[in-house]
Amino acid sequence: MQPPHPGAEIDGFRLGPCVHVGSMASIYRLEGRNGALPLVMKIPRLGAGERSANVVSFEQCRMVLGALAQSVHHPTLVAYGDVETTPYLVMECVEGARLDEWLKRAPLEPLEVARIGHALALALHDIHRQDVIHLDLKPTNVLVRPGGSATLIDFGLSCHRHLPDLLAAEFHTPVGNWIYMAPEQAAGERGDPRSDVFALGALLYELASARRPFGSPTSVGQLRRRLYRDPVPPRALVAGVPPWLQEVILRCLEVDANERYASAAQVAFDLANPGQVALSQRAERRGSAGLLRTAVRWFRARSYAPSPAPAPATAITPLPVIVVALSGEETSEPFYEALRAATRRRIVAEGACRIACITVVPGAAALADDTPTGRHIKQLVSLRRWAKPLVLPEERVTYHVLESDEPVAALLDYATVNEVQEILLGPGKDAAALVARAPCSVSVVRAPPPG
Amino acid sequence: MLELVQAHAARGAIVVLGNHDAAALGRMVPGLNSQALAAIAWTRPRLTKGQLAFLEALPTTVREEDRLFVHASAAVPERWTYVSGVRQATMSIEAANAAMVFCGHVHEQRLFFMGEGRFAMPFRPTPGMPIPTTGQRRWLAVVGSAGQPRDRNTAACYALADLERERITFYRVPYDFESAAQKIRRAGLPERLARRLERGV
Repeated sequence: MQPPHPGAEIDGFRLGPCVHVGSMASIYRLEGRNGALPLVMKIPRLGAGERSANVVSFEQCRMVLGALAQSVHHPTLVAYGDVETTPYLVMECVEGARLDEWLKRAPLEPLEVARIGHALALALHDIHRQDVIHLDLKPTNVLVRPGGSATLIDFGLSCHRHLPDLLAAEFHTPVGNWIYMAPEQAAGERGDPRSDVFALGALLYELASARRPFGSPTSVGQLRRRLYRDPVPPRALVAGVPPWLQEVILRCLEVDANERYASAAQVAFDLANPGQVALSQRAERRGSAGLLRTAVRWFRARSYAPSPAPAPATAITPLPVIVVALSGEETSEPFYEALRAATRRRIVAEGACRIACITVVPGAAALADDTPTGRHIKQLVSLRRWAKPLVLPEERVTYHVLESDEPVAALLDYATVNEVQEILLGPGKDAAALVARAPCSVSVVRAPPPG
Repeated sequence: MLELVQAHAARGAIVVLGNHDAAALGRMVPGLNSQALAAIAWTRPRLTKGQLAFLEALPTTVREEDRLFVHASAAVPERWTYVSGVRQATMSIEAANAAMVFCGHVHEQRLFFMGEGRFAMPFRPTPGMPIPTTGQRRWLAVVGSAGQPRDRNTAACYALADLERERITFYRVPYDFESAAQKIRRAGLPERLARRLERGV
């Protein structure tokens, strides 16, 4: 089948210029009246001489995209054609730069890597909590919109855990991009969202160091090397990579999915709060494991079996971060103790949750008689003093002094960016405003009545 | 129950014969256990002439365009083979010569689909989640059991196929199984028949 020419009309859509010709599909801009969204049409290469895998991946793509709620993190599916007669997908035309454009400038500044990584992790978490796993994360499948949010494209190899996996029936070699592929995916596992976390780590590695963590494998044997051979730590390649970034990247790249971040939202949290990343030996690693250790791991890798994938729970808890807001009107010790008691109950009930202690102070301009840093430290000290009786391990608690003249807006912003599950705070007018506008649960804690 | 089915049939519903119906008509049905036989023995004398005639006239399969409706496997419908694995599903799909086969008999909801491989792929549907079923591939839907679910979930099973939008949705709907179990006990039928409704086994 010959690809159509610009100007042709398909089911009432007029094709504009062809913007992409790939091995799997061609993409055209659409012209004319199409409602509010600028649109593109993706036409898979089918027919004689084209791989039948294209058909299946076309079906899978339209099935998964059609099931996702509208969001900035993936293109909206507008229409599709019949797979037998006129296969096409009409989707929102996403404006933005593909991640391979950024890679040309790699190694990027650590904070730029963190910013892109944060956006990408939020996009992944958005699809993961709808039980969709992308499984083909690579630079050409990520667009960064002008506003900074990341959009995942091409869901042709993805898996929706509540829809039949059409691809599982078709392939015998691992499908996906081998450069960024997680070891369990290489072993045929298609149901673990943490495989996307691994690929995210591989992308961050490349953005930070301009090198690929596992090279460019061309055989299944080379692909399996990541089971027993460590990537060179990014800090050994680029001196400017800070320990926190190496920690995040290497934790994403753990062979055993259980050792990685449990969710992409947790990666987003760490990348948004570099100062709060709990550092382990990963952060300090300066070289790959020695020959003996690699040999032992090679031996073990021969009987490698992936960790079981977590159960699909459409609400994978939206990152159990509990915010304790300590900047309200109520400041009495009984109130603080009540707040601690409420926090303790969350810690017991939530297991792996993290507590983020937050206070909001007015912007620097409002208080001329005090230096911002001095104030900052004073606030941090009182946050730590409040949390001390909870006796939380370092990686379970973070402290934040937000500077803003609008405490409600600052807390809302924090809750949105960090996928917060619940906000605990004292009574007051801020509490009422938060309850009305927060994207999560808000609990108002009161001190017990005296006597 | 039968009155309800007859009323649906009068309004144009597709009804196919099941193994218990065949047994109630006195036909040879292999594989029924003692409780099932007790239930059938209870049913037979209570059927009116009209009801017997209705059951007698039921087909084992109904074909509607490229869809086939059958109680068990389409391979040999009167043998009442359970479509409980990929082999039986594949045989049923191949014998049916249809884009979509709807069946029951097995009490758990399943959706099988053909790919490039020799055997159909199994899929356990999530209730309420619409699944696109394109015409290009062949599907077999085990819609589950309205009266006797067996996956430890007491809710009744059904499925809706939306032909226009080419998709199928499986559903579970809670019903008053306690009253149903009481009626079984009051009729003096085996206790296990009542208990399995309460436990969904």
